[in-house]
Amino acid sequence: MDKFEKLQGVAAPMPLVNIDTDMIIPKVFLKTIKRSGLGVNLFDEMRYDRQGNEIPDFVLNKPQYRGAQILVAGDNFGCGSSREHAPWAIADFGIKCVISTSFADIFFNNCFKNGILPIVLPQEQVDILMADAEKGENARITVDLEAQEITTSDGETIAFDVDAFKKHCLLNGLDDIGLTLEKAASIETFETKMSADRPWV
Amino acid sequence: MTAPKTLYDKIWDAHVAHEADDGTCLLYIDRHLVHEVTSPQAFEGLRMAGRSVHAPDKTIAVPDHNVPTTLDRAKGIENPESRIQVEALDKNAKDFGIHYYPVSDVRQGIVHIVGPEQGWTLPGMTVVCGDSHTATHGAFGALAHGIGTSEVEHVLATQTLIQQKSKNMKVEITGKLKPGVTAKDITMAVIGETGTAGGTGYVIEYCGEAIRDLSMEGRMTVCNMAIEGGARAGLIAPDDTTYEYVKGRPHAPKGDQWDTALAWWKTLFTDEGAHFDKVITLKGEDIQPVVTWGTSPEDVLPITATVPSPDDFEGGKVEAVKRAIDYMGLTPGQKLTDIEIDTVFIGSCTNGRIEDLRAAAEILKGKKIKDGMRAMIVPGSGLVRAQAEEEGLAEIFKDAGFEWRLAGCSMCLAMNPDQLSEGERCASTSNRNFEGRQGYKGRTHLVSPAMAAAAALTGHLTDVRDLM
Repeated sequence: MDKFEKLQGVAAPMPLVNIDTDMIIPKVFLKTIKRSGLGVNLFDEMRYDRQGNEIPDFVLNKPQYRGAQILVAGDNFGCGSSREHAPWAIADFGIKCVISTSFADIFFNNCFKNGILPIVLPQEQVDILMADAEKGENARITVDLEAQEITTSDGETIAFDVDAFKKHCLLNGLDDIGLTLEKAASIETFETKMSADRPWV
Repeated sequence: MTAPKTLYDKIWDAHVAHEADDGTCLLYIDRHLVHEVTSPQAFEGLRMAGRSVHAPDKTIAVPDHNVPTTLDRAKGIENPESRIQVEALDKNAKDFGIHYYPVSDVRQGIVHIVGPEQGWTLPGMTVVCGDSHTATHGAFGALAHGIGTSEVEHVLATQTLIQQKSKNMKVEITGKLKPGVTAKDITMAVIGETGTAGGTGYVIEYCGEAIRDLSMEGRMTVCNMAIEGGARAGLIAPDDTTYEYVKGRPHAPKGDQWDTALAWWKTLFTDEGAHFDKVITLKGEDIQPVVTWGTSPEDVLPITATVPSPDDFEGGKVEAVKRAIDYMGLTPGQKLTDIEIDTVFIGSCTNGRIEDLRAAAEILKGKKIKDGMRAMIVPGSGLVRAQAEEEGLAEIFKDAGFEWRLAGCSMCLAMNPDQLSEGERCASTSNRNFEGRQGYKGRTHLVSPAMAAAAALTGHLTDVRDLM
């Protein structure tokens, strides 16, 4: 997994609440057996018409946001289906950080597995970043994971929380499975005890 | 004396294989269910790292999302990508030696219906699947939730998940339900109350007389939609109803093991005085048959209500409601019962079980669906289909004008050919009314099976109590 340390980039505003994973990547694109190449279909039904032409009003089709690396989104982002195709599409498009007042649980976890940093902030701070994002490509936002700090284009700083273990994995680009296998002895001990206590499992 | 625990606390504690200093746990997984859409990349990851499946005996796979539900499906899947995905699961199941129910097996069906039906899901277990509706299995008092594909790979390789514990939430439904009100109405009414983010960060325990009175089928419907309320999982403490359902199923414990299991299962309840971080209480008798009008499962109203106006809302929801009303082609103030529909879908992991089909048949018996209505019933598994045929339900459906399909996820998410066309409007017993969920620009109204059947007869959203 790619490391996430510090990111400076354009933030795209998507104030709509309850953006679900069906919107992020519609089901027709779930038929792939690969992880790559989904960026072109990110937000497909909002981004293109039925003929495949770009809808100019959609935020990521606007010239200033085509290279966005940060998304500032409305409440409950990523709700619905567990499809990891959603963060795969987001990462493949080039977005490495999503900021909202809340995220759906499964989507939130999926982000960390794909080098994406989801940040939860109170409404007032999301409002500040949303307004900053509205300024377009001249307003570059900085996200510093080590320092747990966002800097707006005006130089205002906003601190954020992140789970210590998840931060460690993102900063170092660590593979979860490798880390867990280091604890194989604990798993084995648990399994031995369980097959005595709950043999029907 | 130990502090009183919730049901969730007890199941959690029984499955922690390792706890780090910061509270990050390795949670041991008793059952891993797998389907074809969210697993190919995980198996590929195992192959690339030279890893095997840690516990193939605890891993169960079944194709459901892509499979055709038409009677001629033995001839194969037409869409090449769908076909490749199902073939990949065939191969992965064989290569890694996991339990498998292929499309040709009568036991095939929606993964969340097959698991309980075959006795894989048991009280007190941890159950995961690369599918958000894994919450369904919580009906047995099992801690069950959806995971992403990276986590699928993690469970395949280690039989554990890296987890932080969620908070406890209690949803109590007191008293009795009125006639015409079902488990689907309970679970949707709860989401109407909490919103789709109201459960975020929580595991919900559903309790109260109205929940106790439900069959296992009804309890699965309730827990299935816990995820639509944002919760990690929904739970119902096991009781005699649970044990009766489980006993004798192919993979349920037998003989002495049954007695040992039962003794442990009977300890799985929330202790008197245990702490809940959030409590919601609804009166069973206040719940009415409900329907969604918008494009989020929280857009729920009693069938007797009217389409709301964006002015009725605050904050970010105002824009979302404007967008939803436009997408759904509705007018604020319009009576919900005046909304005409052209399609009815009865099925899915929410409402594709035998009791759901019985409820629909009760309304449809001896009647015909509205002219021009496209109506289909997709049983949740091959065994549900067989039972419905044995009970004579299939004849009622066919006589009424419904298509009687083979098992699969079908129009709930429309990955197979069962889809809505642009502008079509469906009364659906599924779980999500998101934009495009059942087909590009298709419009979905979520309802109970009885309400879906009623709508099929009249051609518009209908209060099922008027037909009873």
